[in-house]
Amino acid sequence: MKAAAFEYAAPRSLSEAHALLREHGEDARLLAGGQSLMPVLALRLASPAILVDLNRVAGLDELRGTSAGDLLTGAMVRTRTLELSAEVARTQPLLHAAVPWIAHVQIRNRGTLGGSLSHADPAAELPAVAMASDATLIIAGARGTREQPAHAFFTGLFGTTLAPDEILTGVRWPAWPTGRRHGFVEVARRHGDYAIVGVALTVDLDPDRLVTGARVVVFGAADTAVRASAVEAALIGQPAGEPLAAAAAGHASDGLDARGDLQASAEYRRELAPVLVRRALLQAFGLSAPRAPR
Amino acid sequence: MSLPAARPIRLRVNGETVEGQVEPRLTLADFLREHLRLTGTHLGCEHGVCGACTVLVDGRSVRGCLMLALQADGAEVVTIEGIAARCPVRGEAVARGEATLSILQESFRDLHALQCGFCTPGMVATAHALLAENPAPSAEEVRLGISGNLCRCTGYVPIVEAILDAAQRLREGA
Ligand SMILES: Cc1cc2nc3c(=O)[nH]c(=O)nc-3n(C[C@H](O)[C@H](O)[C@H](O)COP(=O)(O)OP(=O)(O)OC[C@H]3O[C@@H](n4cnc5c(N)ncnc54)[C@H](O)[C@@H]3O)c2cc1C
Ligand code: FES
Ligand code: FES
Repeated sequence: MKAAAFEYAAPRSLSEAHALLREHGEDARLLAGGQSLMPVLALRLASPAILVDLNRVAGLDELRGTSAGDLLTGAMVRTRTLELSAEVARTQPLLHAAVPWIAHVQIRNRGTLGGSLSHADPAAELPAVAMASDATLIIAGARGTREQPAHAFFTGLFGTTLAPDEILTGVRWPAWPTGRRHGFVEVARRHGDYAIVGVALTVDLDPDRLVTGARVVVFGAADTAVRASAVEAALIGQPAGEPLAAAAAGHASDGLDARGDLQASAEYRRELAPVLVRRALLQAFGLSAPRAPR
Repeated sequence: MSLPAARPIRLRVNGETVEGQVEPRLTLADFLREHLRLTGTHLGCEHGVCGACTVLVDGRSVRGCLMLALQADGAEVVTIEGIAARCPVRGEAVARGEATLSILQESFRDLHALQCGFCTPGMVATAHALLAENPAPSAEEVRLGISGNLCRCTGYVPIVEAILDAAQRLREGA
């Protein structure tokens, strides 16, 4: 289907973009890669009066390391750029592992980091990866800039803390500590489909391989990506190994408000979560090889 | 409400500069098909699922139905009609005005990688970009590379074979 008519503006700066959002209020919609918004418009699930295109706003596509070892990525960095970046591969192993699982190459060529986080699809990879990496979102409003940890940004199904006049401008990925390991797995009907359930996690191991920190994120299962705090609690202080992976993963569905849809029932998702958490933990503990997308 | 006014765009399509007046909601795929009559770019689903509309924008494969024509202002677009001219081995023949196919298109024909042909322009554009980036892909890499393109006829096996065949012929320079 074709989209209903809309006006279009391509601001060159953030202040121009903010002015347009102020002027048009609820009638305006930001356009990034368009890989979620354009289908929504074509299916006429939304009909904004004006699209404010971020593609020509200067400075939103930087990707660089800081002297503190953090990685800064602008909101308009394409998913494909993240996938091919040697800097990402070197400094953010979980992000590097997860990105090839997102959609298909044509979609990664256009889709953006900021668009995926703002869209907040419950089955999307990047929100979960940002949460498990302790990333911080940088958000510019008309009155100034605020920063928010990724785990506090997602509020519900397609919901975030973004106010209508706010623009997500970038993400700061904190330096990867020594001893931090990651795991990433997902199950989908076909490669490139949104995950039915996926797991992104990081664990910190001390020199004796005791777990000193854990961020275990289950996505696709509930209305947002969620931290499996019961799994995290079961990991802390315990020695990394196959028994711990199995025991801790058993808590993956504790308190999980699983959703059912055409692809899978809530029961199936509750069954799948512990299986995938266990597999991701085995990856993180170095006991099984990470799987490339197929 | 009056309809938003059409606006001018200027871009390069298959090596030629083109200008147009487009309504904001017009997609790049519709601009190519309706305004330029380059109907080789197909439209299946019009919402990002099937890949029939794949074209190259600044060298990268993209969904033509998920990009606005206005967003292509200033871009370099290549459609299936321009692929033969982009073939490293066939470009010169095209420049001389000789009708030809790219190696990739020949491999599709020779290995029966198309039946109805509806998915073929998108498949070829996707595979063209894939081979430009990775001249020696594995079968697995080819399958992943075309995962965003649906084909209702072939069962995909001959498509993968054709892309691998073209990769080999291109590496051998023929
Ligand atoms: C066939 C298909 C398969 C897909 N599969 C997957 C998948 O497996 N996993 C996955 O994660 N995604 C998938 N996607 C979605 C894709 O990754 C999108 O690109 C992404 O979710 C949205 O990014 P975008 O840049 O395209 O955003 P857009 O579509 O441009 O925007 C999405 C929303 O975010 C808002 N927005 C965009 N940027 C900002 C910003 N900087 N600040 C505030 N608000 C903003 C927009 O107003 C809009 O509401 C798929 C898409 C398609 C078509
Ligand atoms: S027509 Fe564009 S993806 Fe189907
Ligand atoms: S040849 Fe018919 S859809 Fe692919």
